[in-house]
Amino acid sequence: MATAQVARDIITLKGSADIVTEFFCYAVNSIIYQRGLYPEEQFGRVKKYGLTLLVAQDESVKKFITGVTAQLAAWLQNGQLQRVVLVILDQRTLEPLERWNFLIETDQEVIQKGISKRKSDADIMKEIQAIMRQITSCVTFLPCLNSTCIFDVLAYTDKDAAVPMTWTDSDAKIIENSQVVKLRSFDTKVHKIDASVAFKMDSDA
Amino acid sequence: MTTPCRSPCIRKALLDRPSPEVASRKTQQLGCRFIASRNSMDFKVGNLMLAKENPENEQPAINEEYRKQLAGNLLKDSNVMHKNSRILAFKSKPPPPPEGFERNVKLLYSENASAGQAKRSKIFRHIPQSAERTLDAPDLLDDYYLNLLDWSSRNVVAVALGNTVYMWHATSGLIEELMQVGDNDGPVTSVSWCQDGKHIAVGLDSGDVQLWDSMALSKVRTMRGHSARVGSLAWNGGPILSSGSRDNCIFNHDVRIRDHLTAKMCAHEQEICGLKWSLSGQQLASGGNDNLLHIWDASQMSSGGPSNYLHRFDEHQAAVKALAWCPFQSNLLASGGGTADRCIKFWNTQTGACLNSVDANSQVCALQWSRHEKELLSSHGFSQNQLCLWKYPSMVKMAELRGHTSRVLHLAQSPDGYTVASAAGDETLRFWQVFGTPDSNKPQLQRSRSSDSNSGINAASCTHIR
Repeated sequence: MATAQVARDIITLKGSADIVTEFFCYAVNSIIYQRGLYPEEQFGRVKKYGLTLLVAQDESVKKFITGVTAQLAAWLQNGQLQRVVLVILDQRTLEPLERWNFLIETDQEVIQKGISKRKSDADIMKEIQAIMRQITSCVTFLPCLNSTCIFDVLAYTDKDAAVPMTWTDSDAKIIENSQVVKLRSFDTKVHKIDASVAFKMDSDA
Repeated sequence: MTTPCRSPCIRKALLDRPSPEVASRKTQQLGCRFIASRNSMDFKVGNLMLAKENPENEQPAINEEYRKQLAGNLLKDSNVMHKNSRILAFKSKPPPPPEGFERNVKLLYSENASAGQAKRSKIFRHIPQSAERTLDAPDLLDDYYLNLLDWSSRNVVAVALGNTVYMWHATSGLIEELMQVGDNDGPVTSVSWCQDGKHIAVGLDSGDVQLWDSMALSKVRTMRGHSARVGSLAWNGGPILSSGSRDNCIFNHDVRIRDHLTAKMCAHEQEICGLKWSLSGQQLASGGNDNLLHIWDASQMSSGGPSNYLHRFDEHQAAVKALAWCPFQSNLLASGGGTADRCIKFWNTQTGACLNSVDANSQVCALQWSRHEKELLSSHGFSQNQLCLWKYPSMVKMAELRGHTSRVLHLAQSPDGYTVASAAGDETLRFWQVFGTPDSNKPQLQRSRSSDSNSGINAASCTHIR
C-alpha cells in the first residue's frame, strides 16, 4: 500500500503535462459556459476534481478544444509552453473583451535532467479544485458581456518550439484599459500555473 | 538652514505687540510659523533653468535600459511583447454560437425574484364591517329554539317566515315561495336542506316533518312521529334525517323507505334545539334546553336503547343551541350556550374531553366554522347582537360584525364558504363576506367592500320576501 502511494506521488514530466492539459481542457469548458458563450443546453455535466463541471457537447467546440489541448500537451512535455491565453472577443468587432491568462513556469531541471518530483495527487487536485471554483465565482465581478462573443486560445511558446501546420502566428489580443484580477495558482512541482483574468473596465461602473 | 521655529515667532510677536503678556498669549494661539531663509538660494540660476525652452535630456543612456527592464517587469502581462516567445493560435477557430442565441448570463446569478414570497404568509385580510346585503324577512319568528335558516349546496337560501318557506336564489337574486302550511300545522319551526341541494326537510309546529322537492316545488312525503313541534333537523349526508322535537326525542328517518323511523334517541329532558351530524356522518351532536349536550354514535343508534349516547356533556349552564363540527379537525365540536351560560366550548367527541371554554359575554345563538381558515364565527344576542369572528385555536377575537338590532338567531354558510347569512329577530337577513373572498388566498390585501358598496346594495336589494 505504501509503495503504491509513493508511486502515485511521483510526478514525471509527462504526468505533469497530462495533469496540466486536462486542467486546461476543463478550464476552457468552464469559462465558456460561465461566460455564456454558448447556450446552456449544449453543455453536459461531468464530475471532476470533486466538482460538477460543465463540458461542451457540441461536436465542433469539442473538436477545437481537443485539438488545442493536444498540442499544448506536446509543448508542455518539451517545456516550451510559456502561457496559455483564452480570449473572449466580440463576434462582430473582434475586439477582445476578456483575457484569461494562464502563466506556465516549467521546472527546467526536470526538462534537462529528466528527474521526477514528488507531490501528492490529492494536493494537486485540491489546488485545481480551488481554481475551478474561483473561475466560477469570477462571474460575480466580471462585467456582463452584452454582445455575442466568440473565444480563441492563444499559446505563448518558446521561439524555437516546433509548430505544426495547424497553428499560426497571432497577435496578443491585448485589452485596452483593462483590469486584472489575479486568481489562484497550482503547482505540480514540474509545472506551476498562475491564473489571472483581465477584463475591460466597465466604463459606466 | 532650519531655524528653530520658536525664536523668530516670539521675536516677531513681541515686536508687534505693545504689551508682552498679550504677545505671549498670542504666540501660543498662532502656533508655529516657519519663515524660510533664502540665503543659500541662487535665484539667477534658478530663473534660467525655469525659463529654458527645451530642457536637455539629462538622463543618461544607461537609464533607458533600466527603464525598459522596469517596464518589462511591471507590465509583464499587458503591453510589452515578450521578445523570446511566439504567440500562436490554432488555425481552425471554434464555431460561433448559434444564431439568435440569447445570452442569459445575467440570469445565471440574478436574484431569485420569488425568494421573498417563498413562504406564503397569510396577510390579514380585510373583513368588511357591515353586511354586504340585507334582505327583509317579515314574520320571522323570534324564537331561540327554532332553526329557520339554511343554505343549500346549490346556492339557495331557504328561510321560514311564519307559515311559509321562501327560497332566495343567491346567484340570481330571485325569490320563490316553496310551500305554505295551514294554521293548524304551522308555523314552520325548522328547515334543513339535504346535501344534494334538491330536497329540503321542513319541520312543523304540529310535529310533522315534510320532505319537499325544491325544483319541482312539490311535497315528496310527510313523516309523522313526533308529538310536539320539530325545532331542529339534521341530515347525515345520506338518506338519514334526524329530527329533534319538543317531545324530548330525536328520531332518525330513512327518507327512502316506507317505515321511515329507524331510530329513537330520548336522552334529553327538554326540547332539542340544536342538532348536527358530524361531517363524517359518524356522530350526531344534540343540544337541548336542559343544558345537556349529547354525542350519539351512528352505529349504535338503531341498536342499543334510546339512551345509548356516546357522551353526555353537562358543562353548559344554559340551553345549547349552537353546534358546529370542525371541518379541518375531526372529532372537534364547538358548542355555544344560552343567556345564562354565554360560553363557547370545544369538545373532543372521541375522548369526551372538553378542550377549551371561552366566555363570549353574550348569549351564543349559532356557530359556523370557516372552511378556508382556522376561524369560527359566532352569533350573539343581547346586548350587541353582533357576530364575532374568532381565530382558532387561540380564540382571539378577530372581528365583530354589527348591524342587527335584535338577537342573531340563525347562521348559514354559502356553498363556497366565503359568505355567511344571518337571520335575526329584527326580521332581516344579512349577508356577510366574513370568511374572505375567492382570491383572498393569495397574499394580496383585499379591497374594502364596506361602506360605499354597501349603501348602494342596501338600497337596491332591500327586497321584501313576500
